[in-house]
Amino acid sequence: MIDLKKIRKEFPIFQNQPELAYLDSTATSLKPKAVIEKIREYYEEYSANVFRGIYPMSEKATVEFEETREVISKFINANKSEEVVFTRNATESLNLLAYSLGRKIIEDGDEIVTTIMEHHSNFVPWQVLAAEVGATLKVIDINDHGYLVINWDEVITKKTKILALTYVSNVLGTINPVKEIVIAAKKINPKIIVIVDAAQAVPHTKINVQDLGADFIVFSSHKMLGPTGVGVLWGKEKYLKEMYPFMYGGDMIEEVYIDHSTYKDPPHKFEAGTPAIGEIIAFKEAIKFLKKIGMENIRDHEKKITDYAINRLIDTFGQSIKIYGPKKIEDRGGIISFSLDKFHPHDIAQILADNGVCVRAGHHCAMPLHTRLNVPATVRASFYIYNDEKDVEKLVEGLKKVNKTLK
Amino acid sequence: MNIYQDIILDHYHHPHNQGRLDISGKSVQVSNPLCGDKIEMTIVFEKNKVKEVKFQGEGCVISTASASMLTDYAKNKSKQELKKLDSKFIIKMLGIDLGMTRIKCALLPLEALHKLL
Repeated sequence: MIDLKKIRKEFPIFQNQPELAYLDSTATSLKPKAVIEKIREYYEEYSANVFRGIYPMSEKATVEFEETREVISKFINANKSEEVVFTRNATESLNLLAYSLGRKIIEDGDEIVTTIMEHHSNFVPWQVLAAEVGATLKVIDINDHGYLVINWDEVITKKTKILALTYVSNVLGTINPVKEIVIAAKKINPKIIVIVDAAQAVPHTKINVQDLGADFIVFSSHKMLGPTGVGVLWGKEKYLKEMYPFMYGGDMIEEVYIDHSTYKDPPHKFEAGTPAIGEIIAFKEAIKFLKKIGMENIRDHEKKITDYAINRLIDTFGQSIKIYGPKKIEDRGGIISFSLDKFHPHDIAQILADNGVCVRAGHHCAMPLHTRLNVPATVRASFYIYNDEKDVEKLVEGLKKVNKTLK
Repeated sequence: MNIYQDIILDHYHHPHNQGRLDISGKSVQVSNPLCGDKIEMTIVFEKNKVKEVKFQGEGCVISTASASMLTDYAKNKSKQELKKLDSKFIIKMLGIDLGMTRIKCALLPLEALHKLL
């Protein structure tokens, strides 16, 4: 059980906007006091660069910075913190993989497999890479209930070098059985590298990379109570060592000569230039906050509130509301994308906004999925640890106003 | 200010000039992939002036109302007059305050009209 009243007190935004019904945590989450305070601490108390100065302030910044790597490493149960690479966001992590891994191993005639439910960031980099080197991009389809339909013998072959898929769909909410998928894919082709977009999973459920079996996972700090500008790439050390660097310049260099250069070992090999120091330092406070509540408790809370919301929406709007994705709450994250009547998603979101309810309208950076669903756009409400039944009631009331205004 | 004013909703529910001109008019399709709005506009000129103009497609309240009002306005106007229309005109025509995101919906019909001139 989680104490919502206590949790909401930790988020200063609710003091500034007491009536806020924030149902867009899938886009970005709200930030607790501890995270904001830690950013302030860095900028006011030891705002030096990392890995450079000998003076105490720089050493303090470096220690705080590397401590976040350690905290992340333990949080996802990595073998060692050197497997945790800092990027700007999950999108950059995926682009890094397409560049530094993809261009190293994918050749003419190879195959890359992804799915129709991907965010553009786990779709377009592979599409572009395939076109560039003459590889084939295969796309796994879904069924009408929002589950992946995998014809194993057709999809994965000896030519498949990379399987890139999402853990949780940012539109359908579908939780893919990643562990089982990794086992099945590696059974057909043991050399396949599995990349998991865990941006919608790590904030909401316990992730253990040892148990998951994937070779890489990516996620973003800002979707899990942390600051913006910080992404994570976790990968198996042997692959990180083989991969090309991503960007060249400061911090990632070992030695530079006129005719050649050598590079640091991972993770620093992938971290060129001054990173988002204050934000990375503060990110660990977000993880500590989540751990204190407990990932199992977070998942339980989201299941309950999502189930409650789905039932309220169907009870109130019946046939006129269409909710996409799995019906079974066990298979769904805290995400509800829907259409209401023939109303345009932008109008729905606008009227909800006028009533203090924040939702997202559009294709949510998943255009191939919306084309597959045969709708140009949907409205999405999503939940996190600070959302309660009152937020759901505001959503329902807001949608009633949509009906009243546009009918 | 509420953007769903009665006059806007009236144009949304009963759009003027909806449909397609089959005769040898010019036609254009514009879209806003972000929200899935699509408008097809057809137009017939007579001596440099708009004789007939129609639109069809999928759109939100704002883009539909904007298309309905703009096509009304465009009739009997010269190409030169219509080329001068800008976002300020559209905002004035709709009579509502639009944010950065929704202004794109309102401007989609104007984009179509300008492509036909």
